[in-house]
Amino acid sequence: MNRRESEIRYKLRKRTASERTLDNGFKNFSLGMASIVAILLFSILIVIFRGSIESIAKYGLSFLITSDWNPVDDAYGAFTAIYGTLITSIVALLIAVPLGVGTAIFITENIIPKNIRSILSVMVELLAAIPSVVLGLWAIFIMEPFLRPFLISINSFLGWLPIFNTTPVGPGVAPAIIILAIMILPIITSISRDSLNQVPNKLREGAYAIGASRWPTIFNIILPAAISGIAGGVLLALGRAMGETMAVTMIIGNSNNFSWSIFAPGNTIAAMLANQFGEADGNQVSSLMYAALILMILTLVVNVFAQLIVKRLRLKY
Amino acid sequence: MDNKYKQIIGDVPTPDLTYKPSLARNISDRFLTLTSLVFALIAILPLILILSYVLVKGISQLNLDLFLSLPEPPGDDMDNAGGIGNAIQGTLIVTTIASLIAIPIGVGGGIFLAEYSKGDSFSQFIRFGTNVLSGVPSIITGVFIYGVIVSTKIIFGSNFSAIAGGMALSILMLPTIIKTTDEGLKLVSDDLRTGALGVGASKFVTITRITLPNAFTPIATGVVLAIARAAGETAPLIFTALFSFYWSSSIDSALNPIASLSVLIYNFALEPYEAQNQLAWAASFVLVAMILFINLLTRILGNLADSKTGQSNRK
Repeated sequence: MNRRESEIRYKLRKRTASERTLDNGFKNFSLGMASIVAILLFSILIVIFRGSIESIAKYGLSFLITSDWNPVDDAYGAFTAIYGTLITSIVALLIAVPLGVGTAIFITENIIPKNIRSILSVMVELLAAIPSVVLGLWAIFIMEPFLRPFLISINSFLGWLPIFNTTPVGPGVAPAIIILAIMILPIITSISRDSLNQVPNKLREGAYAIGASRWPTIFNIILPAAISGIAGGVLLALGRAMGETMAVTMIIGNSNNFSWSIFAPGNTIAAMLANQFGEADGNQVSSLMYAALILMILTLVVNVFAQLIVKRLRLKY
Repeated sequence: MDNKYKQIIGDVPTPDLTYKPSLARNISDRFLTLTSLVFALIAILPLILILSYVLVKGISQLNLDLFLSLPEPPGDDMDNAGGIGNAIQGTLIVTTIASLIAIPIGVGGGIFLAEYSKGDSFSQFIRFGTNVLSGVPSIITGVFIYGVIVSTKIIFGSNFSAIAGGMALSILMLPTIIKTTDEGLKLVSDDLRTGALGVGASKFVTITRITLPNAFTPIATGVVLAIARAAGETAPLIFTALFSFYWSSSIDSALNPIASLSVLIYNFALEPYEAQNQLAWAASFVLVAMILFINLLTRILGNLADSKTGQSNRK
């Protein structure tokens, strides 16, 4: 086939104008769609900030440390809700991290047959698929009445500690902590499992070869190698716990009176928003927006940290 | 031979390679293994408990009337709380609106990240922003939509509406869809892309005819899981879509408050009436059954498709 023949057979042509428009148009379309993420993020911040300006001007930073929340006197302070948000999410994390990481180790190490491991793993993920409002319903009618006798006995033994010094009578911070721990368990477990799975098997084999048994290998070799993913997962779970709304609203008691005790009814920022935002007006809307802004900043900081940790400590193997 | 070794390494006892259960390290190993087993059992206990309660309390109330009638306002009739027909309808409508918004944006954004961006700072920022957006609490999306749509009455003068609810849900779905599209497209072999470009296909044709169809399974799985998650969300709906005791029968109902299963569960769980509480359990059963069915089905179909493509790649 000489050159002339091939030119006849394969006729090179330029793209037509309409093809080029389509091509560029599609690229610009996808660029636009991607930009929506950034626009959304900034507009969420702006809308909430603008909504809260009045309250920021009126109450300033004392909003963070006063605990009056009284629409009648127009006095607003979010300390009860901020304390509630922090105490529920941190204690829930303290419960869920050992359980979640322990479960992830159990699923990834060669302890039980592979089929059972994958069933366990799917079950943990299905727990994450159950809607928060259903967990709340279960918490009100089943979990809290079941736990109350145990909480009452903790109160009678350890009631001299300020965090246990009220008698549990129903909805309160403690059941909210337990339901939150249940809700963040799947995140911690699945992220820990993924990072443990990424640790190359030769590290494990090397440790076994020089005589380490299973658990020293896990504690000294496997966990340190997977720590970045696990730490990132724990922070993501913390962010989720702080923002979790429905189940907490239904079980925490929604009280604006401050108490150190976890057996008393309390509030979180998210629960307060769910409860009051629909019926609020005037300064209350603005104060709720201010509280929402605080929640947004808290979760943003935690999430950004989570991503930085995962990036910074990425597996070196 | 033996003597030569002894000269080099000294007099060592012959190693004994049998497993000694009474050694301290073996005891602690067994103890820790048992602990991790107990932790795993505790971790799945809530799932089993919740599912069994929802099943027991919900299944006894299943009948055709539940699906076909409207809920009764609390306090009207002490023995009968009605049905959840309009709530099922509303959940379907709101989730459909959310999907119609989130899927084009999410898939489009994912295509940009995977196919067009070259790792520049803009695309890094978008990836970062997607992760941050997925961490924004769901109640905040509700507050945001309330501030932008509901309180301004920007959509044909209506305040609480199915559209506002759908928009709030779409913000929650968006990050998942972008991420799964981005990751799904990255799994497509570059050979296919260069091959298509080599035979003269334009970038648009390459993406729509070659890469997207090849990444269909992971993208579809991610999208369906995002829809299932949105169907169970409550927080973004309580002050955007609100609730309604009536059917959504005409096209205007998109501009009016609308019922949903999740808001029905929330409202009726907190009512002091037994009949309403029971209806909340029935609605939970229907919602959980819908979500778990979709979840398991997509997982099974996704695995099937994975094993198929795995085989064809090996050929």
